[in-house]
Amino acid sequence: MNLEKVVFGFFIVLAATLNFGFFIGEIDNPMHHHIYELFAAIVVNLIATILKFGDRTQIGAVHLSTSLVADLQLVAAACVWAIAVHVSGDGMSAEVTTSVVSLSGGALFANVVSVILLIVETVMLRR
Amino acid sequence: MNTSVFFLALRRMRAPLIVLVVIYAVSTCGLTLIPGIDAQGKPAPPMSFFHAFYFVSYTASTIGFGELPNAFSEAQRMWVTVCIFLSVIGWSYSIISLLALVQDKGFQQVLLNGRFARRVRQLGEPFYIICGCGETGLLIARALDRDGIRVVAIEQNEMRIQELELEEFAADLLVLCADAAQPQQLLLAGLQHRSCRGVLAVTDDDSANLAVAIASRLINPRLTIIARVASPAVEANMMSFGTHYVVNHFEKFADYLAQAIHSPNWYRLVDLLTGLPGQEIPERHDPPVGEWVICGYGRFGQAVVRNLVRQGVSLTVIDPEPEVLAGVPHVVGHGTEAEPLRRAGIDKAVGIVAGGNNDTNNLSIAMTAKEINRDLFVVLRQNRVANQVLFDAYDADFTMVPSRIIARECLALIVSPLLPRFLRLIRAWPEGRAAALGKQIEALCGNRMPLVWSVRLNAADSPAVHRFLMIEQGEMQLDLVCRDPAKRDELLPLLPLLLLREGADHELPGWECMLQPGDQLLFAGTREARTAQNLTLDNRNVLDYVLTGKDAEGWVWRWLCRMSAS
Repeated sequence: MNLEKVVFGFFIVLAATLNFGFFIGEIDNPMHHHIYELFAAIVVNLIATILKFGDRTQIGAVHLSTSLVADLQLVAAACVWAIAVHVSGDGMSAEVTTSVVSLSGGALFANVVSVILLIVETVMLRR
Repeated sequence: MNTSVFFLALRRMRAPLIVLVVIYAVSTCGLTLIPGIDAQGKPAPPMSFFHAFYFVSYTASTIGFGELPNAFSEAQRMWVTVCIFLSVIGWSYSIISLLALVQDKGFQQVLLNGRFARRVRQLGEPFYIICGCGETGLLIARALDRDGIRVVAIEQNEMRIQELELEEFAADLLVLCADAAQPQQLLLAGLQHRSCRGVLAVTDDDSANLAVAIASRLINPRLTIIARVASPAVEANMMSFGTHYVVNHFEKFADYLAQAIHSPNWYRLVDLLTGLPGQEIPERHDPPVGEWVICGYGRFGQAVVRNLVRQGVSLTVIDPEPEVLAGVPHVVGHGTEAEPLRRAGIDKAVGIVAGGNNDTNNLSIAMTAKEINRDLFVVLRQNRVANQVLFDAYDADFTMVPSRIIARECLALIVSPLLPRFLRLIRAWPEGRAAALGKQIEALCGNRMPLVWSVRLNAADSPAVHRFLMIEQGEMQLDLVCRDPAKRDELLPLLPLLLLREGADHELPGWECMLQPGDQLLFAGTREARTAQNLTLDNRNVLDYVLTGKDAEGWVWRWLCRMSAS
């Protein structure tokens, strides 16, 4: 067992699960989507991205690109939240919540791809 | 920036980046949990993520705007103190890692290689790759640089590269620190580049040269490959897969020595034509015919003996190893001592060859032998250019310096590809003819080695003349390209040696010989003469002046002339 692989797998799966945790629930109900979960998802996703740096294989490149997509979507969701709460003063209305959650839904998809890649890689090694 | 460098940097920066992300996350998260106070000092809800992130961003980067948006509560201040120290640690760690990365030898090598590869890719002019930039490589690089030909060098020794950087070159010398025997390094040096003209494998390691020759032959068969070898077996191997020129300096020198004994005037002519241009012409020393003593029977000694025996010279070999000496008249012993020299008959001999692989021993042999027999003709083998001072002080009749010989051969092959052909032809000449030509060339260049160069009458090399001959169907004699473009009545100090037309050789073509497009010519003369001749070959106005004696006129002037005439 390789500690590096454990850490790598841990962060990728944690990024996906946190993202899922934020995403699940009624899409326009702010009660179902706690902002701390979004924060945690962003942090863990950033760490997962950094862990993927510097792998020159094909699968490593796809790993990195899925992570970058997830980061982009989550940061966009955070920006929407910040603008709604602090800039325009709308607060977490139904529309804002919907848009934040759907952006995080996109990130969730990228994270799922990442997890699938991880599984594929493991299966290929087991062959 | 090179992508591989970028990814390498990212990979090394993983740990510091993660530390930074974690510190930012912990600080931000903490601030969103700790209650604050409002302007009246009453407890207020904690900061939101947005404000917390904003605060951490400017605090962590040590900008420090103060406590925004409201003054902090005591609990918040405690937490911020922790945050400040955490972020200082995080940033210091990142910066130290970055500095360590920049200092890292491997990283610098990757950067250098990337820069080297980019500069080679951007080369627009023809260039040659020199593998091994030691003494030989440097001589070749310098001479090529003086002729305006770009050079890309691969050298293994780092110290050597630092010395090369101090050398003065007209154009930048591109040097890669790598093992030339590795094909990927050759590719990096531009083996497949469209402007690459040839590869010179001149390292002092036969197997490395062999590897370079094979790789070049396989990857880019269009290139001229010139390789240096010392062992006859490797030479045969190289010739077998089509290396264009193999330079065996031992064999070459031995051949010249034998020829010099047999036909001194021929040798003198070859010496003039293949010498490093611009150097002073050495005094003439013709080796005498008679008994010779050869000290050292290694690769050099064997080559000398083989060639001398072929020319019918009688000789005795001195070597400490009795096994290798079978078949030749020999004395077992060291040439540095007087006793074996006497047994080899040094007092009756006319010449001695000190051909060991140790410079000090060679000098010692020469001095001991000269003590016994004052009139000896001394041939010395010099192994290292660094010992030049000693050899200058001794001033032997003939000194064999491997790097000089190889450099001369390589240059002759690159700068004047017709020269080897011409040298083959003059081997058949009688002594008198070679002597006459030698005198003529010496008179031409006034005590300096002549420059030998080739000219092709084609659109690329001599556009003006080619256009005149081909498109305007003009006729011109050979002497026109040898006239001074400033004063057409005077001939330039140069001599046409060979005219190659449709595969047929014409030795020493006369002035009245008619030129045809596609002709290849070989000239010997001064560097200035070559520059002046280039002007005639390239510039239509200059050619017109040489042809007609009239200066070229612009169309305004021509129109004025016509107006005044009418």
